[in-house]
Amino acid sequence: MITSLYGALETGLIYAIMALGVYISFRILDFPDLTVDGSFVTGGGVAAISIIGGVDPIVATLLGFVAGFLVGCITGLLHTKGNINPLLAGIIMMIGLYSVNLRIMGQANLSLLNETTLFSQLEGIFESLSLDAVFFAPYEWLGLGAYTPRTFYAIVMMLLVVFVVKKLLDFFLRTETGLALRATGDNQTMVRSFSANTNVYIILGIGLANALVALSGALVVQYNGFADVNLGVGMIVVGLASVIIGEVLFGKKTIVRTTFAIICGAIVYRAIYAMALRVDFLEASDMKLITALIVVAALVVPNMLQKSSEKRQFKKSQKALTRVKQQKGEVQVANVKSNS
Amino acid sequence: MLTLNQIHKTFYANTPDEKRAISDLTQTLNEGDFVTVIGSNGAGKSTLLNLLAGTILPDAGNIHLNDQNLTLLSEEKRAKWIGRVFQNPMAGTAPNMTIEENMMISLGRTQKRSLFRGMTKKKREEFKEHLATLEIGLENRLNTKVGLLSGGERQALSLLMATFTEPQILLLDEHTAALDPSKQELILSLTRELVEKHSLTTIMVTHQMEQAIDFGNRLWMMDEGKIIFEAEDEEKDKLTVPDLLEAFQEIRGTKLANDRALLAK
Repeated sequence: MITSLYGALETGLIYAIMALGVYISFRILDFPDLTVDGSFVTGGGVAAISIIGGVDPIVATLLGFVAGFLVGCITGLLHTKGNINPLLAGIIMMIGLYSVNLRIMGQANLSLLNETTLFSQLEGIFESLSLDAVFFAPYEWLGLGAYTPRTFYAIVMMLLVVFVVKKLLDFFLRTETGLALRATGDNQTMVRSFSANTNVYIILGIGLANALVALSGALVVQYNGFADVNLGVGMIVVGLASVIIGEVLFGKKTIVRTTFAIICGAIVYRAIYAMALRVDFLEASDMKLITALIVVAALVVPNMLQKSSEKRQFKKSQKALTRVKQQKGEVQVANVKSNS
Repeated sequence: MLTLNQIHKTFYANTPDEKRAISDLTQTLNEGDFVTVIGSNGAGKSTLLNLLAGTILPDAGNIHLNDQNLTLLSEEKRAKWIGRVFQNPMAGTAPNMTIEENMMISLGRTQKRSLFRGMTKKKREEFKEHLATLEIGLENRLNTKVGLLSGGERQALSLLMATFTEPQILLLDEHTAALDPSKQELILSLTRELVEKHSLTTIMVTHQMEQAIDFGNRLWMMDEGKIIFEAEDEEKDKLTVPDLLEAFQEIRGTKLANDRALLAK
């Protein structure tokens, strides 16, 4: 149980980067981009094949990032220059990328078990410096020795990576370019009337979104120790679930707050996922259905809560009104009595 | 400064719906001119503004601003010199962004957008100063999302955003039509103030004859894609609403009851 929750934290942090990408396309640009299912694998595939080819894991991960950016730019071009509906542009890319990803990887499944990945590198560092002991110490001291994860290196590394990505994204979205990007999703007419080419911003934004998705893919592949061409199936829904759960639970008042909320949303999603896996009658193959149900719940429940709270508010104020009226009535009755 | 040379624009050419929106229009605007444009629905006023802004391209003719040929330049490129306020108060601002973020975007009209944090203390002070001139308290709400403002406030902000970076041409497309009378007054007086303060060359389309007479130093009356009546300076100062109606009837030779109702105040 505890172990699976720590696992959820680790994978949640990795998938949080993907969710941030989905946030850029889906929320900021209002562009439901299905490329994600393909670009996730593109990032993973490029990183895996590079690592197998002997490239340094850090460089391989960055290569995955760049590949995702290029793929996203193509989706952006299809939509802006080709005038293709956003959903359709994404679907076309998703289908096309399946073949491209197979070409990149050369086969449907690549194993990284005997390769040096970012995670195995860090694990080595942790072991040689016995850093795990440093993290275990406070648990022992608090008497929580039974509640420690197996090791800390993955959590530490992902916290670091996610923190940097979040900070950079927060910064970018508040630069002049970032502002224009956000405004493009908000009101294109206005952005054009202030001398900004909305097409450029859409291409750039979708590129950046898919770059983050691919970065996440590259990390997932190294974390799992293998790359699979079907790794991306349903990824867009997972991303959406994280974005929506995050926004509902943790708020979206400012950009800084929203990006934080989405990261938390991704972790919560993974936790729910881990819990669902532990239910006896559910099988691993049911997870896609569960994902779909989580998204439906995350979309429907907030609306229903909002409506019912409005109704409750109405009833409350109605009651208060009648009470005031009654009191007034009593006063009048009293007046009449005293007069007579 | 701004010249329009033999502009033609026909919509749905060679179909039963063919509509001549602008035909053979030639005009010159001097620096500091404030033109008001009136006309009934379908007279070509909005088409004229859209041609200038670049949302539609002419079939023939050319448009020059100073020495720059604008005729086929894209909307966003010419927006560098042309500021615009739309009829719909929602169209000129980004609702999910704050007032100061909106102001930042309008600054980008004249400067290239960089990869640096745009907002500085100095800029914020500047924005506050500009917003204070509107006198509707927006200067204290820099971090309010624009979507929370009322229609009048949003239009005032749009007007400010279109003017404070001093475009060479300001286009106002019936920018008070969607507001209630008191807000119309506010926006109109702000328009007068801001145009004078930045001495902007302005083209204002309106449905109301009195506005057209009140504002600016030139007046164009449009019908069926042509400017059928013009008045300038002293001639315009003497104009009254009945004069305009009479002129319209004289030129068109018809008493158009509908148009009369539309054009009358």
